[in-house]
Amino acid sequence: MSVLSDQSTARCLGFVTALKRALLSALIAFGLFSLLIGIRTDTGPTGALVLSGRPEALAIIVGLVFAGAFVRELVIGERSIALTQFVPPALLARAQVLGKFVGLALLGFAILLPIVFYHDRYLLDLGIMILTYVMLGWGLNIVVGLAGLLDLGYVAFYAVGAYSYALLAENIGFSFWLCLPLAGILASFWGILLGFPVLRLRGDYLAIVTLAFGEIIRLVLINWQSLTHGPDGITGVPRPSFFGLPFNNDDGSFAHTFGLEWSPLHRIVFLYYVILVLALVTNLVTIRLRRLPIGRAWEALREDEIACRSLGINTTNTKLTAFAMGAMFAGFAGSFFATRQGFISPESFTFTESALVLAIVVLGGMGSQIGVAVAAAVMLGGFEFFREFAQFRMLVFGLAMVTIMIWRPRGLVATRTPSIFLRQRRDIDAELVRRARTKTWSWRRARHD
Amino acid sequence: MTDAATEPILAVEHLSMRFGGLVAVDDLSFTARRGDITALIGPNGAGKTTVFNCITGFYKPSVGMIRLTHADGTAYLLERLFDFRISKLARVSRTFQNIRLFAGMTALENLMVAQHNPLMLASGLTFLGMLGFASFTHAERAAVDHARYWLDRIGLIERADDPAGALPYGAQRRLEIARAMCADPVLLCLDEPAAGLNARESGELNELLMFIRAEHDVSILLIEHDMSVVMEISDHIVVLDYGLKIADGGPDAVRDDPKVIAAYLGVHDEEIDEAHAEVGL
Repeated sequence: MSVLSDQSTARCLGFVTALKRALLSALIAFGLFSLLIGIRTDTGPTGALVLSGRPEALAIIVGLVFAGAFVRELVIGERSIALTQFVPPALLARAQVLGKFVGLALLGFAILLPIVFYHDRYLLDLGIMILTYVMLGWGLNIVVGLAGLLDLGYVAFYAVGAYSYALLAENIGFSFWLCLPLAGILASFWGILLGFPVLRLRGDYLAIVTLAFGEIIRLVLINWQSLTHGPDGITGVPRPSFFGLPFNNDDGSFAHTFGLEWSPLHRIVFLYYVILVLALVTNLVTIRLRRLPIGRAWEALREDEIACRSLGINTTNTKLTAFAMGAMFAGFAGSFFATRQGFISPESFTFTESALVLAIVVLGGMGSQIGVAVAAAVMLGGFEFFREFAQFRMLVFGLAMVTIMIWRPRGLVATRTPSIFLRQRRDIDAELVRRARTKTWSWRRARHD
Repeated sequence: MTDAATEPILAVEHLSMRFGGLVAVDDLSFTARRGDITALIGPNGAGKTTVFNCITGFYKPSVGMIRLTHADGTAYLLERLFDFRISKLARVSRTFQNIRLFAGMTALENLMVAQHNPLMLASGLTFLGMLGFASFTHAERAAVDHARYWLDRIGLIERADDPAGALPYGAQRRLEIARAMCADPVLLCLDEPAAGLNARESGELNELLMFIRAEHDVSILLIEHDMSVVMEISDHIVVLDYGLKIADGGPDAVRDDPKVIAAYLGVHDEEIDEAHAEVGL
């Protein structure tokens, strides 16, 4: 009896606290927005400015803040009422079992997509773009998620890959398949080059330097007119061929050789499968590396660098390999990007791209492969979905980010799977796992400290 | 050539460490004999951890020489080695005063990371391991067995797959020692291994350290405040106060040394009066 009443008092108390805080939030919102939104200036009939009120807009905003704060307090506040309380445990267990097959289901969907939606060119293009970002996310995940090095200039390696292919093809006439490994090697070379000077830096300082590096690469691409054609970019980047068979309507092309009717969709489907394979290679290599000593050293480095050194791990080399591996996959993705677009310019490699890839990694849950894939699909798919509401796109994007950071401050997949086990593989709660930036990244944790 | 077996494993000579104007360690010399448990004790702020950080390469000493001699006679000057090489080449491993486990990794993973260097070689710097060569698989299995041996020894075999950060405090202390042992050291430096342990746990710790010394060819250097640990297991004690060595010898000799008693307990009022009288106050 007393247990039951305790529970109901606690719940009641939770409601009261949430109500109080929500009221406070609404009050602050009222103070802020009464001038920003509540009042507007119009041009009057005589040309002078006239003040007019917008009480209904103000009321809506304040009401939204109140409701949002109330729900937030209930869900994650200090006296939060656990939501799992309302979900039957049987359902929870079933969801966990199903969770194991999500990856396979997604893979199956990705493989079947071009077959099922063969004539939907828009969807195929979107799929190619999402897979490119999934690959970039998985590549950056090595640097940020595993090794814990916050890299804000990842797009630089993407650019190196893209320009490597475009320039090698333009000046020497190398084919895509020859350039793909070369672009990866060149990008990882740049990764090591960047790695050397910044190895001593950590956390925020590292982030700033990598950010600068990304900008430097972009500015060099803009200003080195004689080599890169500057802001005009490089046009006519050669398209990939299917084992030497081009995708056009001539004799000896892919369609003619296989006796098919020529269609521009052939190339799109081919590109789709190329990026799918590239992304899967990235994933498999990462999964494999995690179980090798180097992968464990990366994760140990993220957890505690000083302890690593005391165990005789060469932290310099370990960081450099992480940088090089991450950069290599960005290089692959970059050369794919160049061949898909057929045109590249420095415009494609702005900081926004780095931020987007980093957001995908953070949202996905650092170190989680499936989380990154889902985050990329949700973010880019969401971008496309909200394209109609052009003006509100960024607003919705920001709101979604804030919601996720409140609801799941450690990303969609907030567990870490051990790389080796003795008896039973049990996932580790992310609260124990360190992240790239360790200081008060999660304000929830900071408040408890 | 001197006989390597009788040579002290660690010889610290005229070690000084200055941070700006602060002299943390002042002209310290001592030796640790091979196979012994040598304790470094002293009141708070005496400079013990600074000495440890100099030996394990986290600080570069301002002055002085630290010589480590392996049983085969190879000598390393630790003050000249870069941090991770001290563990890799000279085979000195350490634990930390505030535990530094890889909290988000399992107990087993922690012990696997400690065997990084041999495993890295076995995996052909990752390339052979990537291709799944049998030589790497064997090496990894051996490493797991080694880790299992230590987990068994510290009584954590049941919790091998739990994250290190979720283990109880005493277990974390033991795991950190096991991790240091997995790095295959000749000299094990323990920075306050008994801090925060209860009487039963520090008893277990004593047993573990005695076991390590008896069964493994390892010498131990120990910083400790818990006198029950120090007096019971140490063969040799060095006492520091304000960066200076004030005593050096066996447990019994150190226990009765008036300077040590004064440093730890302070002195009687009469003695202060006597001292004042001597200088004419």
